[in-house]
Amino acid sequence: MIPISYYLMLSAILFGLGVVAFAFKRNIITIFMSIELMLNAVNLAFVAFARSRNQLDGLVFVFFVIVVAAAEAAVGLAIIITIAHNRRTLNVEQVNLLKF
Amino acid sequence: MSLPLILFFVLAVMAVAGALLLILAREPIHSALALVLVMVSLAVLYLLLGAEFIAAVQIIVYAGAVMVLFVFVIMLLNAGTEDRTHISKIATWVGIPLGFFLMIEIAHIFWHARMTSAMASGAGVPYDAASTHDLSMALFQQYLFPFEATSILILIALLGALVLAKKDE
Repeated sequence: MIPISYYLMLSAILFGLGVVAFAFKRNIITIFMSIELMLNAVNLAFVAFARSRNQLDGLVFVFFVIVVAAAEAAVGLAIIITIAHNRRTLNVEQVNLLKF
Repeated sequence: MSLPLILFFVLAVMAVAGALLLILAREPIHSALALVLVMVSLAVLYLLLGAEFIAAVQIIVYAGAVMVLFVFVIMLLNAGTEDRTHISKIATWVGIPLGFFLMIEIAHIFWHARMTSAMASGAGVPYDAASTHDLSMALFQQYLFPFEATSILILIALLGALVLAKKDE
């Protein structure tokens, strides 16, 4: 039996790497992928907690997170296509109208 | 060292390597494939945790549908090599330490969280390895309203994506 803290450590590492990728990548599609990576890390923590507490609610939560992530991917990629058509670039540093 | 533990470490190394590859790759398509690697190894980890329905959904929806959407958009927009720009001084001296501090902090909290009380109070629906039946019962009875709300959400997302992506007349 694998200790539950191993799964949580892996989840923390993946979430941290997702944050690092979110901060460092310059391509808007890759930034969006790092958000998906963070969602996956959170899902792993949910499943691990569901296992350790022997409750199903964590699995139901993961189900809803996956559904919301799919919807988010559809809308987000549509936004990315619109940005690419309007600005002719995928670099976030050139999409800076709202930048302070 | 038992077999599940070895399997866990192999999968964990695969997942972390995929995440690192996502950060280090210059081409967006390589990042996408690295993310598929992370998702597949997480799916096998879910199997290891006894959540085989979630593992199947992870493969079908995440590694299948969502990542195909990503790859499709990368190909459609012809996203080439990402140009490295110099990051600002604030990002170097504040951002990087804070990012690693966040990772260490989360890991610290998780490592020191004692799960004994959580293990003892195993209330709710108990589940064993064959939990798909219990999961569907919970989903369609206890969580029926959120389930229906998600279908509305999917419909709205579909309409939103259509409205955003269609060409203006």
